[in-house]
Amino acid sequence: MTTTVGRYIGQSVKRREDPRLLTGHGRYVDDVQTPGTLHVAFVRSNVARGRITNLDVGAARALPGVEAVYTGSDLNPLCQQFWATMTGPPPEMGGQTPYPPGSVLANDDVRYVGDPVAVVIASSRYVAEDAADLVIVDIEAEVPVLGLREAVASTELVHRELPSNVSVTMPLPSSPEIDGLFSSAAHLVTRTFRGARATNAPMEPRGIVVRYDRYRGEMEIRAATQSVHEIKAFAARLTGVSESHIRAVADDVGGGFGQKMMVMREEAAVIAAAFKLGTAPVKWIEDRRENLMASNQARSEEVELTFATDAEGHILAVKADFIEEIGAYPPSAGATAGLAIGVLPGPYKIPVLIPGCTAVYTNTVGKSAYRGPWAMETIFREQMMDHVARELGLDPIEFRRINLIGPDDLPYTTATQMVLDAITPTETLDQVVEMIDVPAFRIEQARARAEGRLLGLGVAGYVEPSAIAFGMLNSDPAVMTMDVSGKVQIRLGTGSHGHSIETTIAQVVATHLGCDIDDVMVIQGDTASSPVGPGTGGSRTAVIVGGAAQTASLELRDKLVRIAAQLLEASPEDLEVADSIVSVKGTPQAAIPFAQLAMTAYMAPDLLPPGMGPGLEVSVRYRPPTEFTWSNATHGCIVEIDPETGLVDIRRYVVSEDCGQMINPMVVEGQIAGGVAQGIGGVLFENLAYDGDGNPLATTFLDYLLPSAPEIPDFEYGHVESLSHTLGGYKGMGEGGAIASPPAVANAINDALAQRGAAALTVFPFGPTQILDALNRAPS
Amino acid sequence: MSDITAELTVSLTVNGRSHTVRCEPRKLLSDVLREDLHLTGTHVGCEHGACGACTVLVDGSAVRSCLLFAVQLNGAEITTVEGMADGDGTLSPVQQAMQDNHGLQCGFCTPGIVVTLTAFLRDHPQPTDADLRDALSGNLCRCTGYHGIVNAARQVAHAREGS
Repeated sequence: MTTTVGRYIGQSVKRREDPRLLTGHGRYVDDVQTPGTLHVAFVRSNVARGRITNLDVGAARALPGVEAVYTGSDLNPLCQQFWATMTGPPPEMGGQTPYPPGSVLANDDVRYVGDPVAVVIASSRYVAEDAADLVIVDIEAEVPVLGLREAVASTELVHRELPSNVSVTMPLPSSPEIDGLFSSAAHLVTRTFRGARATNAPMEPRGIVVRYDRYRGEMEIRAATQSVHEIKAFAARLTGVSESHIRAVADDVGGGFGQKMMVMREEAAVIAAAFKLGTAPVKWIEDRRENLMASNQARSEEVELTFATDAEGHILAVKADFIEEIGAYPPSAGATAGLAIGVLPGPYKIPVLIPGCTAVYTNTVGKSAYRGPWAMETIFREQMMDHVARELGLDPIEFRRINLIGPDDLPYTTATQMVLDAITPTETLDQVVEMIDVPAFRIEQARARAEGRLLGLGVAGYVEPSAIAFGMLNSDPAVMTMDVSGKVQIRLGTGSHGHSIETTIAQVVATHLGCDIDDVMVIQGDTASSPVGPGTGGSRTAVIVGGAAQTASLELRDKLVRIAAQLLEASPEDLEVADSIVSVKGTPQAAIPFAQLAMTAYMAPDLLPPGMGPGLEVSVRYRPPTEFTWSNATHGCIVEIDPETGLVDIRRYVVSEDCGQMINPMVVEGQIAGGVAQGIGGVLFENLAYDGDGNPLATTFLDYLLPSAPEIPDFEYGHVESLSHTLGGYKGMGEGGAIASPPAVANAINDALAQRGAAALTVFPFGPTQILDALNRAPS
Repeated sequence: MSDITAELTVSLTVNGRSHTVRCEPRKLLSDVLREDLHLTGTHVGCEHGACGACTVLVDGSAVRSCLLFAVQLNGAEITTVEGMADGDGTLSPVQQAMQDNHGLQCGFCTPGIVVTLTAFLRDHPQPTDADLRDALSGNLCRCTGYHGIVNAARQVAHAREGS
């Protein structure tokens, strides 16, 4: 190992999660098999919108092995509240978040294909699915509400309890001053961009096991969740069971990317069903068809952007009108354009932003967070930068340079009143340009063009609002205990679903406490031992949990030093800590190991400094100084389009990232790679499409195409490390890879199309059909 | 329905140990491994043969255990991810390379990747990069962008070249 004891931060320490996961000894939700567990299958609507005219569960209930079949009339009346802690209570309870109507199963109508109508509980999943097939559901189909603008205009309602299909709207302001600002500009460019409906598709679908013991009044939940504390709080609000009597556990979780942050209807239905059953554990493991059809959608978003620039290409003002689809039952508000508007200026000096947004319900699966829930701002803005540059006759990189926030501009207050600081957009752009060798590429591109080959280069920059720290997310806890042998445990409110927290937080602790990393145990994912925290998401962990771990480590270290000072009859200032030993500087023989200090703390309280209590435990909570900790990156992508097939070959992919002090560069690069692959998928392959009747068309991995190894290039990484103002100088970066990659790929494709004089594409996906159409439309 | 739910007896050798299992003819090999033999390292990611997470070796060939009924495999030798290393805590060369190159994050697809790469590198000791990526084309990973997985495979192949 190349690491130095006591100096782990910044080293690519190998992951301690890996041995168990590589050998088949992980513990995912379906891996725990408690005797007596009952298994769930859902009966779902196969109609997008309609009235249930007949629901007969008699034959299903009669099947041997079936314990219960519950419908909406059985479970919905048991359910009390349906809101997420992160987004707060609904307006009728004094909050501000407009939730869809609450129910865990359909009542007398269905609102999307996949809407759960009944829950079957049986001795095995096989029997549960047999019984589900015996449930008779007759639905009188009604005209579904589909499409963004169509949903706004429709007189049919997704939710008859609500006055319209519009969940949130902020109309684009209009005034003579605004009109004058735009009409007087030297250049005015307007484009409409659209994303392709996507879904998170974690390799492990959702899953939950719930046991309610009515004799103890206790509920145990084991779930594939990003936040054990959220599912515990939600279950308490849903059922009325005291939150103190609920324990939620998540050991290994097979990816989430936002999908497992909020509690969705099926999980709520299983909680309600187990609560009603009151005895045996009830397990639901989502299958892939359910995951693609009924978990969540994202990225069905559209924006009309207008950029006004002066003659030299300085951006004077931007108008942005977003519309987004939130499906029928988003597990929170669904709408994310508000945050998107806040960060839309990105790394550019945009003096004026005129925003509008609308979120609409449709008869499709609900929208939920997907890695960078606000990503639409970068995905569309960065494509727009290229469109505007082309209109102005500027190189896209030059147009960016004209408008980038430079080092001398910081701190920079955006038009949306965000204060950007400690960011390096010009440095990351410079690094990408150098790594790619853009002048050499342009020569190669021209040569290729002469041979009839289509090469393209795209860049995209962004500023990531990482370490989101408001509302429930404002802070994160760490509870640290040193045991009598001098080893430490740190308990966190996070979980294990790919972020390497057991490794990276151990690096932080070992560095600041001054011990070997193998002496640090990271405990998370169990509400019985983990302090209350919001879970893992929002690119928060490195910054906020890292800050909490550092704070706890330094507090514990301080106590150890003070005990040692007492025992050594020295001043604390004269002591140093390394390798789990406190010693007098310059006198290494005057030293006491952590184990001896711990024995003293627990067993000989009278030897402790006056006023110091026994034991070695600290409990801290770290709240970063600002609601966002900004990180930034520039992505560069080179593609070649095959003009015969329309296929896109990504020849190079370069990322220059500034996430401040890196805790573990290997983990940072892994987060970038995974995010970029998701973004590539979002442009080229992934499309959670519906037909005109509201039927989902991509319900298997043969239809919903994730990128596979042959389509993904090797990634090249550059790093700029400018420190943030948080403890440790960290910046979050978990989502940025997925945010900047779609426009980088899109811009590269459009640059390649331009080699043939083809017009730029603006609607994802950019599949072979769309690319060939664009080439065929090009003037010959 | 009585035909598919009447249990049959099947004998399997899994990771070198013989087992006799009684199960319904319709029960998938992946479910028998997980539920009857408690070998939960084999993961089910799609149940239609597309994602590769459930890949195991049957008589040495990498196959999708979600596409086989256990009763089809009477007498077969099966190796799951649990059988890839010695069981003494050490990792196989492919597993070690995966750790060295950050070839996994959430770890859910990982058992299938380990089994697939083990079989592929056994049969193709000196693959090109294109061969490697093609060999992985039937294993979906949502976390890593395949970067660390491909590097892990390269490490194993290069180590063999050098030996």
